[in-house]
Amino acid sequence: MAGITIAGLSTVYPNGVRAVDSLDVEIFDGELFALLGPSGCGKTTLLRTIAGLEGASEGAVSIGPREVTRLQPGDRRVAMVFQDYALFPHMTVAENIAYPLRVRGVAKSVQQETAVRTAGGLSLGALLDRRPGQLSGGQQQRAALARAVAASAEVLLLDEPLSNLDARLRLEARTFLKKLQRELELTTVFVTHDQAEALALADRIAVMDAGRIRQLGTPREVFQRPADTFVANFIGSTPMNLVPRGDVVVGVRPEYLTPAASGLFTGTVSIVENLGVTSLVTLDCGEDQIGYVVPEDDEPAIGTTVTVDAPPARVLRYDKETGLLVR
Amino acid sequence: MSPLWILRRIGFYVLITVVLAFFAVPMLWLASAPFDSKPGLGLRWPDWTLSNVSATFDHPYTLSSLVNSLILCAIATVVTTVLAALAAYALSRVRIPGRDLLLYLLLLLSSVVTGTAAMVPIFVMMLQLGLINSQFGTALVIAGGMLPAAIFILKDFMDAVPRSYEESARVFGASPWQVLGHVMLPVARPGVATIFVWAFVNAWGNFLLPFLLLRDVGQQPAAVLLRTLYDEGGSANLTVIPVFSLLYSIPVVVLYLFVNKRYGFRFHGGIKS
Amino acid sequence: MASSVPDSSGLDSSGLGVRRAVGFVAPALVLIGIFLVFPALWTLYIGITNYQLTGPAAANPRVVGLDNVLEAVQDPLFTNSVWLTALFVLFSAVIGQNVLGFALAWLLRSASQWLRRTVEGLVLLSWILPSTVVAFLWFAVLSRDTGTLGLLLGSPETSWLVQYPMISLIIFNIWRGTAFSMLLYTSALAAVPPSQLETARLVGASGWQTVRDVVFPHIRGHVLTNTLLISLWTANDFTPFLLTSGGPNHQSEVLPVLIYRQALESGQLGYASAMSLLLLIGNLAVALVYLRLLRRRA
Repeated sequence: MAGITIAGLSTVYPNGVRAVDSLDVEIFDGELFALLGPSGCGKTTLLRTIAGLEGASEGAVSIGPREVTRLQPGDRRVAMVFQDYALFPHMTVAENIAYPLRVRGVAKSVQQETAVRTAGGLSLGALLDRRPGQLSGGQQQRAALARAVAASAEVLLLDEPLSNLDARLRLEARTFLKKLQRELELTTVFVTHDQAEALALADRIAVMDAGRIRQLGTPREVFQRPADTFVANFIGSTPMNLVPRGDVVVGVRPEYLTPAASGLFTGTVSIVENLGVTSLVTLDCGEDQIGYVVPEDDEPAIGTTVTVDAPPARVLRYDKETGLLVR
Repeated sequence: MSPLWILRRIGFYVLITVVLAFFAVPMLWLASAPFDSKPGLGLRWPDWTLSNVSATFDHPYTLSSLVNSLILCAIATVVTTVLAALAAYALSRVRIPGRDLLLYLLLLLSSVVTGTAAMVPIFVMMLQLGLINSQFGTALVIAGGMLPAAIFILKDFMDAVPRSYEESARVFGASPWQVLGHVMLPVARPGVATIFVWAFVNAWGNFLLPFLLLRDVGQQPAAVLLRTLYDEGGSANLTVIPVFSLLYSIPVVVLYLFVNKRYGFRFHGGIKS
Repeated sequence: MASSVPDSSGLDSSGLGVRRAVGFVAPALVLIGIFLVFPALWTLYIGITNYQLTGPAAANPRVVGLDNVLEAVQDPLFTNSVWLTALFVLFSAVIGQNVLGFALAWLLRSASQWLRRTVEGLVLLSWILPSTVVAFLWFAVLSRDTGTLGLLLGSPETSWLVQYPMISLIIFNIWRGTAFSMLLYTSALAAVPPSQLETARLVGASGWQTVRDVVFPHIRGHVLTNTLLISLWTANDFTPFLLTSGGPNHQSEVLPVLIYRQALESGQLGYASAMSLLLLIGNLAVALVYLRLLRRRA
């Protein structure tokens, strides 16, 4: 068990692109840490640099007290689950799970025993003799997790662990993953482009863009007080309202706006979208469009004029030039 | 079922029948003549006998030439498969500038040089190296000619293996040799088998190079002996040739059946547009 | 090297490292270099000497410059051979194997399983049997008096290989090599999106219109690649030697046969090499033309 310290880390591709740009971050021992960002933001490169699959151009990566920057992936005591799971198609589930032990030359009997025990813990016990091709997506994901667990590494790295599952299975797998991580108390870093996934799973989230971290914080901090307009836009299942007012941009989440006698915005209802238990209402306020969320059965009629307001603590102000949150 | 449709069907079957006959007729001889008491060049219902078989086995060079074929072929095939697998793996995974152009040029060169264009220098070179009548030397020449195509095709198979497989193995601590042995070769096995069979069939049937480089009848493979049987004394030895042709063809046919059953005779890649 | 990560390891997912990669490629390259590249280059050198298999010029070959090449170009045997090779390639490969291979791939697409297997099996068998065996099989088909073709056509007195040597070779080569085109076109046709074929059917396109408008644009690259490969193989094929040995009276003496006879029957190694050189150049020229066409497509 160990934390990860990243100091001044840059990963530069031969074409000059700085995929990771002088980055500092500390990931604590035993935490579930999310790297979140749009595609091309450098999150996967950062994960691969921690694993040693990409070479660091500058800076250092340490796992616990050990500096691993120049070590081969196999010498870093990390385990990794790939986006496509990378289960070897010619090996059975048991052989796949025991593969990290086979590489180390551990006795066959120990390999077998570890495979059975690990598979049991991830409810794969009945599938040990199957080939990956004969498993469902969820089972494959768990087999890949089992293989990573069997490696008994200090750090677990997950590249988009849920993206290859369909929507319903994804929820189930998300819960399972969190439970597993809590049981193992294993330092885990996962990459995702799905903000909901990051909010639901992670202890802390690093929101990345262009090789840098835009905001680092708990899911609550990131959701309630996005550090800049980029994060504000990226986090939340409905986009934050960002309205220029003088020399600031006012930001309010649709979920925090409620109809009121007087308040921040007034406009006519143009569109109502059903989100299940709630509906997203769009108001035309002159140049701007304001969204707010109402409970079911409370939708206003199209064309009516509505005023909405939010508690002062939920109204954020961003600098118009820099996009940074104004305290 | 319009009349046009029926006409089309009839046309289709007539065409297919003609094609089938075109491809089948020459081969029928191989089935009938070996067991005919008076084998001729003509196709006829055989007057069944096995005496040709014993005559073939009594011939001083038939069996030894088949053994020679096997030795030649085994060396050439193993050398080609092993070296092509190593090279294809490295070329598939490590990017070298100009790699694709180089491969393409070698492929072109191989389809040209192994034919006939370079038979003079190959002959002179082997003569000066003292490798005329050397089965090992001849096998290496055959392998050298097959290598570019083998690398080209195998590289395509290796390219198709997801990189995450190797990366996964590496994260768990596998060395490059372990990655190759545990992951790449097993996953690319259809490709390796394809190359193995392809190299075998090519080397087994190769006539020109052994004909050129193995002048001693005791060293010659079946391909060359068959030619000798047909040429010697100006007329063909029709008791031995049919049975010998059949024996000589069997390994290729068996391999073909095996591949067809196991993998299907398809291009998996290799030659893309 | 063992414990360092290459700076740009994104290019090297296997973790081989450049040095080990070179080690993996080197044995194959050495073999290719010795037995393929070196002889090709040497052809250039021998081609400008008067090297002979026996006699005084065998021990001390003299450089004669481009004399061999000039002599070859004016040699009626050589020009005749070039013409025959061109005919051989055009009719047996570019037209014969290409068209028959595509037709089989296209027709068998919708045929029943066993019919397809039977036809493909026979076509493939004719491709993989050893060349000396198939040469003899065709010898039997085309021979005089008892040959199968003579019996079928009712003219047993015709000696096809003597009276029609080039036509016989062309038919033989179509029989021998169609399998490759058939395989290639079968896999190419499998890559044509079925939705486009169905669209063509919905708008009532005929079979020929479908091939021209839907299938061909998809497989144009395959057609070029296929034509290039089968042309080169046919132009360099030595099997005609087994059937006719170039005869009668040079009537079927394609270039590979001519080169062989000049080199090893007449012992004119230098002169034969000059012809090899011209064949090599011809091959490269053909390959370059195809490459240009292929690039223009892309």
